[in-house]
Amino acid sequence: MTNTTIATASSPLYSGRRRRNAIAKTLAWIATAFGLGWLILILGVLLYQGIGGLSLSVFTEMTPPPGAAGGLLNAIVGSLIITVLAVLIGTPIGILAGTYLAEYGRHDKLSSVVRFINDILLSAPSIVIGLFVYEIMVAPMGHFSGWAGAVALAVIVIPVVVRTTEDMLTLVPDTLREAAASIGLPRALMIMRIAYRAARAGIVTGILLAVARISGETAPLLFTALNNQFFSVNMSQPMPSLPVVIFQFALSPYEEWQKLAWTGALLITITVLALSVIARSLTASRKSS
Amino acid sequence: MTMTSTEGSNHGPSVAVPVATHASLDISKLKDKISIRNLEFFYGDSRALKSISLSLYANKATAFIGPSGCGKSTLLRVLNRMYDLYPGQRATGDVIFDGDNLLRPDQDINLLRARIGMVFQKPTPFPMTIYENVAFGVRLYENLPRAELDGRVEQALRRAALWDEVKDKLATNGQSLSGGQQQRLCIARTVAVKPEVILFDEPCSALDPISTAKIEELIDELKQDYTIVIVTHNMQQAARVSDFTAFMYLGELIEFGATATLFTTPKDKRTQAYITGRFG
Repeated sequence: MTNTTIATASSPLYSGRRRRNAIAKTLAWIATAFGLGWLILILGVLLYQGIGGLSLSVFTEMTPPPGAAGGLLNAIVGSLIITVLAVLIGTPIGILAGTYLAEYGRHDKLSSVVRFINDILLSAPSIVIGLFVYEIMVAPMGHFSGWAGAVALAVIVIPVVVRTTEDMLTLVPDTLREAAASIGLPRALMIMRIAYRAARAGIVTGILLAVARISGETAPLLFTALNNQFFSVNMSQPMPSLPVVIFQFALSPYEEWQKLAWTGALLITITVLALSVIARSLTASRKSS
Repeated sequence: MTMTSTEGSNHGPSVAVPVATHASLDISKLKDKISIRNLEFFYGDSRALKSISLSLYANKATAFIGPSGCGKSTLLRVLNRMYDLYPGQRATGDVIFDGDNLLRPDQDINLLRARIGMVFQKPTPFPMTIYENVAFGVRLYENLPRAELDGRVEQALRRAALWDEVKDKLATNGQSLSGGQQQRLCIARTVAVKPEVILFDEPCSALDPISTAKIEELIDELKQDYTIVIVTHNMQQAARVSDFTAFMYLGELIEFGATATLFTTPKDKRTQAYITGRFG
């Protein structure tokens, strides 16, 4: 008896499978190109419109009155201060809460409640957070302030950091925890010296992603830090920030302002892109090690 | 000691034949390091260990063998209260360690674990340098000057037969070593804390034969200073490294005795069936 091969290219079952594969592959390509196309378009327009205004004066001069030349110095400094402060407030809270969820309360009922609420907070519209901080800080204080802006952004940072910290700590194998316990290491020390170390790259990535997320936020700042035409490092006073300046200048009828808005948008995009790339490479190096 | 050969004793099916020197053990002269009395263990409502009583003798190696799910690892993890890390797991009965019941609720578990070390199935080096991996545990309980700490690290690494391979790269990450080296690093880490008992939970099941032989040789040497307890699913390994063997089945201790006796003349039919490879 001869041994006939069943799997041939001409078999109807196989050629049908190949056809379906070709169709699926084409659809996937089209979808990818469609998605990426918008991104390239946005980046292209940003570069085209923004790069012309990019000069040293952007970093050395204040936002100008209508019709005059100027820069974005006060907005850049304001954004930096508010962002750094928001991260300083939000990160410790986020890491501690994430640690509770992953290490201490993994099996507790409270954890599932906290996790659920955190997920809601994660997807809460940022304008709602802005209004909330307006009610608890701006209204009682009687004026807009840099503090209020930082707090609003911190509220956005917290759920991102909670989530990534919990996820990264959960990825640390239990065998490592047991090994730490087996030499008599108390739990708190195990978390600080072993678990954090093992999850470090992931936790830092989470913080970077949170920074990327808040550096473009406009809505919460409109209700809290508002804006300031002048250079100010006084956190108790209204404070300028890049997103709010972009928002204001882009909608204005003045050409110089519009030009500065494009330049500011380009700056933010480059920053966010850089942060994402750093975050990615950190995760990649963790995987390969 | 090197790996025991089973050649030249081909009577019956492939029964692992233990070393002759183990045969002359006088139990009455041995000192209990840990005495387990009526130990029961529960995962939630299900009972995993049923009234276990047995003695672990000082400076001897005791092996727990049995088919998967028989409770041998569970029993091992009672000895350093590793189960405490997980909710819903509890043990009743007495486990007397140097006159002290280690199951009592107010037991200082961290101190206990420093005295009863453990090596795991998968190598578990900490995410730090080779040096730090070993020094870490020492620093927990002792405040040593640098030179003395260096000495302790070297001593522990020598003890684990790893020193010659890593002495020039102590500052590299412990997780960059090979599997067998990582496992010896874990043994060095355990030894550095100066425990009295070392628990091995299937320490070679993730290793190649050469690394396995090295670890087994090491266990044999460590017996001089430590009481050894080893869980293994490899009967030849139990026969090679242990002085005493406990055969467990379905949460019960079926038979316990000198390894030489248990492997050559088992008293229980189930023991015989298991060691001759008829189930498990």
